[in-house]
Amino acid sequence: MAQPILQLIDLCKNFGGVVALDHLNIQVEKSSITSIIGPNGAGKTTIFNLITGIVNRSSGKVYYNNEDISGLKPHMIAEKQIARTFQNVQVFPQMTVLENVMVGRHVKSHLGFILSSLIPPFFRIEEKRIREDAHQCLSIAGLSHLAQKKAGSLPLGNQRQLEIARALAVEPKLLLLDEPASGLNSRETYNMGKLIQKIKEMDITIVLVEHDMELVMDISDKVNVVNFGRSLASGDPSEIQANADVIAAYLGT
Amino acid sequence: MDHRNYIGLVIIAVIIAFIPTLVKNDYYIGILVFTALNCLTALGLCLLMGYAGQISLGHAAFFGLGAYSTAILTVNLGWSPWIAMGAGACLTAVIALIIGVPALRLKGHYLAMATLGFGAIVNIVFVAAVGLTGGPSGISGIPQLNFLGIELNTDKSFFYFSWAVVILGLFLALNLIHSRVGRGLRAIHDSQEAASSLGVNTSKYKIKIFVLSAAYASVAGSLYASFINYIDPGPFDVMHSVLLVVMVAVGGMHNIWGAMIGAVLLSILPEFLSALSDYFGGIGIAYKSDYDMLIYGGILLVIMLFLPGGLYEGIQRLLQASRNLINRFKMRAFS
Repeated sequence: MAQPILQLIDLCKNFGGVVALDHLNIQVEKSSITSIIGPNGAGKTTIFNLITGIVNRSSGKVYYNNEDISGLKPHMIAEKQIARTFQNVQVFPQMTVLENVMVGRHVKSHLGFILSSLIPPFFRIEEKRIREDAHQCLSIAGLSHLAQKKAGSLPLGNQRQLEIARALAVEPKLLLLDEPASGLNSRETYNMGKLIQKIKEMDITIVLVEHDMELVMDISDKVNVVNFGRSLASGDPSEIQANADVIAAYLGT
Repeated sequence: MDHRNYIGLVIIAVIIAFIPTLVKNDYYIGILVFTALNCLTALGLCLLMGYAGQISLGHAAFFGLGAYSTAILTVNLGWSPWIAMGAGACLTAVIALIIGVPALRLKGHYLAMATLGFGAIVNIVFVAAVGLTGGPSGISGIPQLNFLGIELNTDKSFFYFSWAVVILGLFLALNLIHSRVGRGLRAIHDSQEAASSLGVNTSKYKIKIFVLSAAYASVAGSLYASFINYIDPGPFDVMHSVLLVVMVAVGGMHNIWGAMIGAVLLSILPEFLSALSDYFGGIGIAYKSDYDMLIYGGILLVIMLFLPGGLYEGIQRLLQASRNLINRFKMRAFS
């Protein structure tokens, strides 16, 4: 088996009395597209929130490149080159598309409060570089023509693309996509699939949470099925499609 | 886009240079000094509220801390007003840090309540710590500032100086806004979750901008004390904190120029109204400063209802509409 970039080991999370994750184990191989699927409320988004430090785990470990990253703050996770998108799109609506992506260059730039206050932007070398890098990320996501638009005014499909462009600006090694195709029409979903594959070719490992089965089966190298916070099955798409437990969980018995 | 902001700075400087040739009355020049100090405080508050999205209803306290630092250090200890101003800003920054670390864990209404409480406490200290602050009778005999050998002892000289400080403050704020730090702050305003997922240390950033904002207010307070040479707790009460928030909100929170517009307008308006009432005094209408709050409240209400983006956005919309109108006429002329 190839080197795992991400390992979730015995991960548990309780919200009050509700068990969201129950001794979950998932492995993500480097340079793969690994999908996590499961019925609504199975705990998929919670997995992402735990990896990125937005919520704290109850017990268990998260290893990233064999380094224990469980319990780190969200901004430290970003510094480790792990980026994510959100199921309920969270672009910065008041900022332009370009500025949104420029925020993504935060960890790759360094001027603090004092120097930023003292030096005007047109004398800052860093500012110019941030802008160029952001333009490049926009062009990968196919949004260059919308650079100066307010992010809040974009349709949902473009906002989802923007979230990906913004995440790419972090220069991630690992990219977590939370339902990137939700709310998109079939044409947009197809383009999203192409974009995800393009990102994989940039040697970025992708973890995908998605409900669109066609998309998942089409692009995933490996699929993990989660139900009631537990791993139900994992394997390549054809194995999962034939798995009796999975069919039962999805169709109900 | 960036450059337009800096051209704005030059325009303000030119206007300031010409004002004393138009306004000869020292009283009105004095009002414009207070306007400058309000602008400075509103600038800091705008960075905190409009950009980082964190409210403070305690900024009059920071303004007061600066004023009292200058007063106490110069009058009681005989320090130079400049060193006192710096020391005041440092002290205020430290206090803002101590308050900010726990308070900025709160959001929205809760943060508003916490800062409101802080403002009230500081004001009570000004009134009650008679030995240090002189209590209700305040501190008098605060020395004037001397800028590179020029005694700032006239209203006109202080007018130039205070507006130079405002322009400097604007310059620094504009630089900050158009940087990775400024974008990080605006990101926090829109979505803390997304901002932190991109590597912005949200709690640290909120505390830093709170401290910076307090330092702006403190410098304004020190200048205030040096200008009028006498302070008492009156101007540093909770109502002044509210007024500062109103200035920023009326002008337009999301833009630094909006805060400037709001601060200038609300500082000058009462004077304008009382001048107007003198003019109409013959028919029995008189404006009293007691009505100030009524006017401010009314303006805030109208702005929030009809122009939530503040006057700045209103002006932008007006410009856009007139541009559209001109274009339409041009089209018609050609067809």
